[in-house]
Amino acid sequence: MAQIKVNGESQQINDATGILEIIKINNVLQPEMVSVQVNGEFIHRDNFGTTNLNDGDEIDFLYFMGGGQ
Amino acid sequence: MKSIFFILWVEDNKMNLTNEQIERYSRHILLQDVGVEGQEKISSGRVLVIGAGGLGAPVLLYLAAAGVGTLGVIDGDVVDLSNLQRQVIHFTEDIGKPKVFSAEEKIKRINPDVNVITYNRLFTSENALDIIKNYDFIVDGTDNFPIKFLINDACVMSGKPFSHGGILRFEGQTFTYKPGHTCYRCLFHSPPPPDAVPTCSQAGVLGAIAGMLGTIQAAEVLKFLTGTGELLTDKLLSFDAKKMEFRTFKTKHNHKCPICGESPEITELRESEHGVCDLTNKQ
Repeated sequence: MAQIKVNGESQQINDATGILEIIKINNVLQPEMVSVQVNGEFIHRDNFGTTNLNDGDEIDFLYFMGGGQ
Repeated sequence: MKSIFFILWVEDNKMNLTNEQIERYSRHILLQDVGVEGQEKISSGRVLVIGAGGLGAPVLLYLAAAGVGTLGVIDGDVVDLSNLQRQVIHFTEDIGKPKVFSAEEKIKRINPDVNVITYNRLFTSENALDIIKNYDFIVDGTDNFPIKFLINDACVMSGKPFSHGGILRFEGQTFTYKPGHTCYRCLFHSPPPPDAVPTCSQAGVLGAIAGMLGTIQAAEVLKFLTGTGELLTDKLLSFDAKKMEFRTFKTKHNHKCPICGESPEITELRESEHGVCDLTNKQ
């Protein structure tokens, strides 16, 4: 098991959990509307499937927000 | 009532401000971080606000009151009844009027010192660089992704700072771009697919959220002009007003960014290829 932080909140995950899985676990409704940072580094969408998380990683989901008018 | 110390201190420092301006801006001048010098920087500042809507309204009202020397306003839309729940610079009698003229009229009524330049048109890849070159700082008050990316690209290419703003439902986000730091494409690369895009007109927005975010953007502009404090640069401020929780994410310049990274793919300005729902023609 690994302890990670998702948007500042602690979460326990199985070892070798990937970003796609973490998106699913956190019920992100529209994964195409989220940008992901791991330990402050942006992960390109194409690499979501190949990036695994490690103990102590801090993951931030940054959501697209398009309104303004 | 003004204290004698304030009057004497201002007399020593007032430089180019008139007595009336000193009184109008006295609450700024009293701030140690602003003072007469800072107010003069505000008064000589040139700021372009793109979109005179939910975000543009509070930004324009506060920047006008603050005495920003020149305010550019670009918007190709007219005031609609459904705008009035949040676009507080427009009044019921303005329905049908071009937003830029409605906004100009209110700005002048708040502060006749402000020079207002109106652009009653859309912000496009053809006019973007030509318009923004005349300004010190740009504010994104638009509601669709192609234009948000266009503002980013034009500002990165021109080396202009800008404030990004986005709101939806009960949430908002903003950051302040300065050349060499995190840009919108560093964060989000490219627009999301059109069918995945909720905007205010599709998903709704609590009117006061526009005010919350717009006033943060206005504060960033005034901090930039006066050189005060720390800007939201290399940070993304995000809030959820349902819980009234604010969070600041630290961000870094992305070396793979398609416009400001090591090998940029975007070398000329153009509208995003992602058409966006039914709002492409509405800023």
